[in-house]
Amino acid sequence: MCQVGEDYGDPAPEGLPPPRPGLRSRELKCVKCKEGVPVVVIRAGDAFCRDCFRAFYVHKFRAVLGKNRLIFPGEKVLLAWSGGPSSSSMVWQVLEGLSRDSAKRLRFVPGVIYVDEGAACGQSPEDRAKTVAEMKLILQTLGFPWHFVALEEVFGLSPSVLRCSAQEPVGAVGTYKVAVDSFLQQQHTLGTERAGGSPSPAQGEEWLSPPGTQESQDPAGPPPAAQTEALSRLFGSVKTLTAKEEFLHTLRTHLILHVARTHGYSKVMTGDSCTRLAIKLMTSLALGRGAFLAWDTGFSDERHGDVVVVRPMRDHTLKEVAFYNRLFAVPSVFTPAIDTKAPEKASVHRLMEGFLLRLQAQFPSTVSTVYRTSEKLVKAPRDGCAAGPRCLLCMCTLDVDAADSATAFGAQTSGFSQTQPPTPRAGAGAPTEAGGAQDRCRGAGPCGREDSRAQVIEQLCYGCRANMKDVPSLDLLPPYILAEAQLRSQRASQEIQEYLVENGAEEMQTAESRAWGHQESGARIA
Amino acid sequence: MAAPLSVEVEFGGGAELLFDGIKKHQVTLPGQEEPWDIRNLLVWIKKNLLKERPELFIQGDSVRPGILVLVNDADWELLGELDYQLQDQDNILFISTLHGG
Repeated sequence: MCQVGEDYGDPAPEGLPPPRPGLRSRELKCVKCKEGVPVVVIRAGDAFCRDCFRAFYVHKFRAVLGKNRLIFPGEKVLLAWSGGPSSSSMVWQVLEGLSRDSAKRLRFVPGVIYVDEGAACGQSPEDRAKTVAEMKLILQTLGFPWHFVALEEVFGLSPSVLRCSAQEPVGAVGTYKVAVDSFLQQQHTLGTERAGGSPSPAQGEEWLSPPGTQESQDPAGPPPAAQTEALSRLFGSVKTLTAKEEFLHTLRTHLILHVARTHGYSKVMTGDSCTRLAIKLMTSLALGRGAFLAWDTGFSDERHGDVVVVRPMRDHTLKEVAFYNRLFAVPSVFTPAIDTKAPEKASVHRLMEGFLLRLQAQFPSTVSTVYRTSEKLVKAPRDGCAAGPRCLLCMCTLDVDAADSATAFGAQTSGFSQTQPPTPRAGAGAPTEAGGAQDRCRGAGPCGREDSRAQVIEQLCYGCRANMKDVPSLDLLPPYILAEAQLRSQRASQEIQEYLVENGAEEMQTAESRAWGHQESGARIA
Repeated sequence: MAAPLSVEVEFGGGAELLFDGIKKHQVTLPGQEEPWDIRNLLVWIKKNLLKERPELFIQGDSVRPGILVLVNDADWELLGELDYQLQDQDNILFISTLHGG
């Protein structure tokens, strides 16, 4: 056992453990077909030849979609493409999957969206224009309807994007099978009718019309300079890279959600790979989003209600993606992101990425272990109540109890007593029936700003609150966020007032009846 | 004694940012005492091609975790990683997977 003063000899040799024998020999054959020359090593020591690797990769993609049975035939699915390798690979897989023979063909109707984030990443206008041109070139060759949006458009969003729409009933597995069968039957009858020469029904044509006829969304030119300026200022004011990355992700999600809702897409596919999700899981834990891991890293994310986010690439590691893209010439465009060339300790995301990848180099099962853990996470609503208040930004059910946070409440009220008393509304605007609580000072004065900041903060989950600490001024936020915060806060205080008024009325009634009864009894005596 | 070698060194996935944005480099490695292997090539790249931020490309003896190395479109793990002996007209590709999306 360990003893003080004992010498343990030389420290362990530094560097990687000795390379695995057997992989060095050129006589190694593909583990699958046993005859091809291997080109890539997957997992820990499985060498695949080119064709087997391709089959393996494509099969994984189809299997993930087929296993989860969430995407119904004919459904409109929006593919979120960033130009990077994972999402490019995903778009390519969908493209290939749609062109197969009818039995194995993918059956949904795709569209592609690209969000131009140049302003947030500090790209110069020339670089931005160049990137935009490259992206549009690829988008046009895909053949799907495509949507090109600039991140600046968040300044034009309405607060309704933050509201969770009514959830469509998911239905049992039986409904999926029924839907697939009826789709196949319809295709079959269409085929015979066409052969017979009769005109095909209009509904079938929707599914079979060439995608080029659907409108693609392409803005005429770059976004207005005022919006670009506002976005750069917003991201410039955020103090840490961690908060910037999180905020960028939030805004991007809102924008994609808006486009999906506007154009009738019920599903959004993102290209998060296995490696990225493992890193995301650990990062979310570090950022205080542990309550929402199942939604952040699972296959499907239904927090928005009507639009479900799906992650079909979650079984593929970054290495497999990179190899596939290289071997089979999948086009992708590299754009500098907000964390390009950032040093290792610049943000929690970078730190976690460096940690996991370094560990993976020594222990090749690290990423898959973390990934398997994420598969076991269950989406259980808190305390059995699924319909609680939702976070303003990430739209997950709040994990902070507004009622329990006594310290937060105390901080708010003490702030009130210290600032000037609310100025009476001298004839300006009809005072609402609710009265008292509405008399908070709301205006350009310093106490108004504190109030609106507290208003926004109390509607955020723990992780988003931690992020907001690094955003010094809420005035730079896009208007839809502040508008929705105010709306929710008003609604909440209105509910409280109504409750109080009701109770007050009840009390008066009981007091009256008591007095009445007293009088009666008094009369009898007299 | 190794004769001079002519190889093509390629960078992808964002790694080219550290090399002035140039993806393909046709290089002639000078003759030297020890034979050219990937280990020596990395040292040579660091000295002659790498323009900035060496820690984003090289870590210690090898490449930074997250950077894939392909020799003639084959995984370097199948060829001995750092000990693979370079041959004339080889194509060595470094893909950074750290810039996902």
